[in-house]
Amino acid sequence: MSKSNGPRTEVLFKLFIYVALITLAIFIIVPVGWVFLASIKENAEFYGSPWAMPVGFHFENFIEAFNEAQMGEYLLNSIVVTVFALLILLVVALPAAYVLSRFKFRGNGFINSFVKAGLFINVSYIAVPIFLMLLDWNTVMNTIFGEGLLLNNRLVLAFIYAATALPFTIFLLSSYFETLPSDFEEAASIDGAGYYRTMFSVMLPMAIPSIVIVILFNFLLFWNEYILALTLMPGENQTLPVGLLNLMAAERSAVNYGPMYAGMVIVMLPTLILYIFVQKRLTQGMTVGGLKG
Amino acid sequence: MSLYRWGGFSNTKEFVGFDNFITLWNDVDFIQSFQNSILLIVVVAIFTLLIAVFFAAVLTKETIPGGNFFRVIFYVPNILSIVVIAGVFSAIYDPSSGLLNSIFGTLSLENFQQMWLGDQDIIIYSVAGALVWQAIGYYMVMYMSSMASIPPSFYEAASLEGASKWKQFTNITLPLIWNTIRTTLTFYIISTINLSFLLVKAMTGGGPDGSTEVFLSYMYDQAYGNSTYGYGMAIGVVVFIFSFALAAIVNHITKRDVLEY
Repeated sequence: MSKSNGPRTEVLFKLFIYVALITLAIFIIVPVGWVFLASIKENAEFYGSPWAMPVGFHFENFIEAFNEAQMGEYLLNSIVVTVFALLILLVVALPAAYVLSRFKFRGNGFINSFVKAGLFINVSYIAVPIFLMLLDWNTVMNTIFGEGLLLNNRLVLAFIYAATALPFTIFLLSSYFETLPSDFEEAASIDGAGYYRTMFSVMLPMAIPSIVIVILFNFLLFWNEYILALTLMPGENQTLPVGLLNLMAAERSAVNYGPMYAGMVIVMLPTLILYIFVQKRLTQGMTVGGLKG
Repeated sequence: MSLYRWGGFSNTKEFVGFDNFITLWNDVDFIQSFQNSILLIVVVAIFTLLIAVFFAAVLTKETIPGGNFFRVIFYVPNILSIVVIAGVFSAIYDPSSGLLNSIFGTLSLENFQQMWLGDQDIIIYSVAGALVWQAIGYYMVMYMSSMASIPPSFYEAASLEGASKWKQFTNITLPLIWNTIRTTLTFYIISTINLSFLLVKAMTGGGPDGSTEVFLSYMYDQAYGNSTYGYGMAIGVVVFIFSFALAAIVNHITKRDVLEY
């Protein structure tokens, strides 16, 4: 492909690039789009060619998914868990990250490396130990209060989600705080602001770009997470992905595909909408510190 | 915990030293899951790396109308829940009404039609396909951000001296993003071990006959399904150490002098 071959190879190369790009785009758009189309198909249509367009808008699938498969309830559970987990996470992680990046105190280095070590721990490894721990505490609570509250509890799940996301979040936030010039804090303290005032009125507003990224990443993480939810919620109060998993198993054996794809759309749609609005920030934010668990 | 024999029903813990690890050494199912995991890591890492680097190079170096559109689309699989991905790929791989088989049907390439999720020899590659599909966008964005920081004057100088695009890529781009590639190799190991478990759990459940069982799904089955917690934790310890060792080895092998620019 040297220059002497002239513009012909150049054109061929361009063509090749376009074909490759479009092929990959099709590979991604078609399956996702297909699920959307399939979610409004009637059951009989699934026996024909999978490429046939849906005959009409068969929204009964969604109604069925919401009513019979309790997807509405799962949706509510997911929202509750995600919102609480994000709240807990921010309340703990923001001050922690600020302090770790700005103040020198005894044990500072140890805590910093402790947080970094936490980055290597994967949720999948510790799902079962967490379950056992909660089970143990449940038995203790049973003997004291007469009932165990730790399993099948949305708040406990939110708490654990927040805990598992802490190392990454603190790491990301404190590396952002470190880039902020300390002149602002000096100015604030000259103006008579205390530590809390400095943090809330000066530093946090300046860190908003990174806070937004943290919220986005962790929203996707919590919303899509299912192995902890599956393990810790064996009974009621399941979240959306677990509900979808049950729905998929049930509908496949019942050969009733419509609601299954409707369920998949319900899980996908919030993340897709969010993504369309913030895609620029998300792909930029990944470079701030990218690690996917 | 890995040093105890701990059944779920008796609820008694008994210290057994390294017995769990010795059992593990002779466990045929574990060795099968070990092989599957290694295969997945190698296949997924190679394919994702090649495809992601190629598209990252194309999207940063070539001026393409709609380049941003492609970047946005390629990242979409990464934001989908792994359960949804499992559902999508079940639809693609479905033997009778699946997308893949019907494409081969219309192109009259019936020989290529397979039981993608039923044949023990193929299914692991089907899983690998799904993993590559979801990983490309993420790594592509990472390589793109690293390539974007290479000063364009390097390329100008190279093209003045008559270096072809391929030469520019191998002599400028690759050495300068080598450090990013090294970092992502570690990510490939960690995330493939993790995501293959999530995907297998949602898509195939380890079947048929253990042919898609991977490290952590085997651990989960032993610990949660079988209630042999001690044994499950022993598997966890082995996998954890293994992934660290593998990452360290890969890191060591790929060590080059970091080029500054």
